[in-house]
Amino acid sequence: MKRLLSGNEAIALGAHLAGVKYASAYPGTPSTEILEHLAKYPGVRAEWAPNEKVALDAVAGASYAGGRALASMKHVGLNVASESLFYLAYTGVNAGLVIISADDPGAWSSQNEQDNRQYARFAKVPMLEPADSQEAMDYLARAFDLSEQFDTPVIVRTTTRISHSKSVVDVPAGNGHEPRALKAFARDGAKYVMIPANARRRHPVVEARLKQIAEWAETAPLNQIEWGDKKFGIVSSSVAYQYAREVFDGYSFLKLGMSYPLPEKMIREFAAQVERVVVVEELDPFYEEHIRAWGIPAVGKEYFPILNEFSLAVVREGARKLGVPQPEPAPASPAFQQAIARPPAFCPGCPHRSTFYVLNKLKLRVAGDIGCYAIGVLPPFNAMDTLGCMGASIGVVQGVDGVGANVGKERWVAVIGDSTFFHAGMPALANIIYNRGVSTVLILDNDTTAMTGQQENPGTGTTLQGQPTKKIDIEQVVRGMGIVDVFVVDAFDEPAVEATIKKAVAIADRPTVVIAKGPCVFLPDYPPKYIDEVDAVKCNGCSLCFRVGCPAIFKGELDAKTEKPKAVIDPLLCVACDICLQICPREAIYRVGN
Amino acid sequence: MNKTDFLLVGVGGQGVLTASDIVAEVGMALGLDAKKSEIHGFSQRGGIVDSHVRWGARVAAPMGEKGNIDYLLAFELMESARWVEYLKSGGAVIVNRQRIIPLSASAGDAVYPPDEAIAQVLCARTDRVIYVDGLEIAKGLGNKNLANTVLLGALARELGVDPEIFLDVLVKRVPQKYVEENKQAFWKGIGK
Repeated sequence: MKRLLSGNEAIALGAHLAGVKYASAYPGTPSTEILEHLAKYPGVRAEWAPNEKVALDAVAGASYAGGRALASMKHVGLNVASESLFYLAYTGVNAGLVIISADDPGAWSSQNEQDNRQYARFAKVPMLEPADSQEAMDYLARAFDLSEQFDTPVIVRTTTRISHSKSVVDVPAGNGHEPRALKAFARDGAKYVMIPANARRRHPVVEARLKQIAEWAETAPLNQIEWGDKKFGIVSSSVAYQYAREVFDGYSFLKLGMSYPLPEKMIREFAAQVERVVVVEELDPFYEEHIRAWGIPAVGKEYFPILNEFSLAVVREGARKLGVPQPEPAPASPAFQQAIARPPAFCPGCPHRSTFYVLNKLKLRVAGDIGCYAIGVLPPFNAMDTLGCMGASIGVVQGVDGVGANVGKERWVAVIGDSTFFHAGMPALANIIYNRGVSTVLILDNDTTAMTGQQENPGTGTTLQGQPTKKIDIEQVVRGMGIVDVFVVDAFDEPAVEATIKKAVAIADRPTVVIAKGPCVFLPDYPPKYIDEVDAVKCNGCSLCFRVGCPAIFKGELDAKTEKPKAVIDPLLCVACDICLQICPREAIYRVGN
Repeated sequence: MNKTDFLLVGVGGQGVLTASDIVAEVGMALGLDAKKSEIHGFSQRGGIVDSHVRWGARVAAPMGEKGNIDYLLAFELMESARWVEYLKSGGAVIVNRQRIIPLSASAGDAVYPPDEAIAQVLCARTDRVIYVDGLEIAKGLGNKNLANTVLLGALARELGVDPEIFLDVLVKRVPQKYVEENKQAFWKGIGK
């Protein structure tokens, strides 16, 4: 049956059809939906791990113990899991083990544009790259087989345009799923216990394996030559192939379904038959460098950029420079200059609003972290000074402290969410406590992993597959680690948030933690049953409520005296979080029944 | 049918992504290859949503290109003007008259452009500008969430596709209790 599936849905289906028994992941755009979909299939235990490294270790265990296993993560997640990837490259697997790396060219939802094909070369493991949803489903089965055939972890790399695009997939009838018995685990310390002596003995195994896989790749159906006009021979993969297919219509193609190791003989033979080899690849010149290192003249990055994701227009521009005639672009109409920006904003009712209003008001320095609260860097809050990666906030403030800069008016705080705290915040907090730090850490606990779409985490009391579980209490964790001054405050009580943060940062000789608790507005138990309204008589246009950055508050008519716009609240958007009500100096905002 | 490129644009929460799923599936129902592509995640917290859909005998790239889109379906007024440069000359733009004021204007100093400015830039690109009072029609049917179905009706009319094929796809995506009102909204969009 033909169905329209996203790359992520197709990967989940492919993993199910390949008989995956265990899967683990940490949510991260554009990879999140893979586990969400896989969790709904029978016969698999699918879990959210606190971070990607933990996920991959668990997946290693599942594979060692004989069940096919899948870890999925966004590209930067593989940085976190990389230590596990590197030992897995040496130990190999028992049952098939596949890692999904969902890259993000264009950095649509990420802190960088790293090209994770480099990890395949770095860790010396094979990597497959589907170019649409059909291949995404098909390649999963191949990846598991390849993993078992060569005793290696296999990475399947997607990009945002593969994971989040939908295309037609021929779905096998029935559920097509054959349950697989566990492969027995045979005790084999020389293979699975990477003490230095064993690691030294495994290294030649890894090198030999890579050569064998490269040989296998020469005839693997994953890599395909499509002959056409031999004036140009295009080498490409993933979504770049799809753009190239339209732009270089009629020319010869070598489509790589396996981005590492590369089929050298196949590429040499292809190159020998075409006049000019053109490599069309997003991000790094990965294929290009390999091909040129073999002494084959090939062009790539002189024509196709290293930056940003590709599009038809980008690939067309390169083709034009190469002398391939392209349809002239439609006459440009001037961009509409009056279109105004739609910056991301905290949702009406967001529990983070009060904290960032206060951080701006108190002029604190803020080490930020990964989550919706990154919006705090934007106006009207302008309350974030650094942001790097998951968990970095708490590490960064300790260093600020370490050079003596966290004093007086230059007081720094770390801001981190609940899921991010479990991910990588806890070791950093241990660092502060152990090394006599005096920073204040704000944990914004909205009871979910909000930014990626409200996933469960160790603090929510529910698993990915909907089972009730122990809800880890962040306050108890922090106290247990040794923080004495822990302040828990209602995030929907702005005066309390303000007083609490002031109190915490005033403590200068020991570390403090503030936990601002309030559910994400998208959670079903989000409380408000009212809306807020502005009393147009009392409002004098002081504009203070515009400083909470709420999409529900609009500028209305001008006040006769101050000649400034009064506030108006959109009843369709307001959920009565009351932050504007609490800060209004004229008590002009009040609750009404909804 | 030759290749047909669609671009659906609006603001997070308007149902743009569901609508683009439906357009892609209608393509499949017509026996064509179809792809669609969009971005989820950070940029969508109150931000712009744009989703590409392509139909054809065989579709390779998941996104169409600037200046080559056949049908622009704008769920929000200003977004129609922001994206109209993607439309090819002579393409059709279907515009919901609904305004969603961004934070940059509601709390900041930016000014939402006047209707005339938007109309001008649309007309400069094409004669086929179709305005739809999607939100008003939806409210009239008692559910403001039906606006995107009204727009799909208008698109079906412009495409000249058998409405029943569109409705078949639509009905499968909608929970049973909303089927009837969605059908009504769709026919309102068609103009019946």
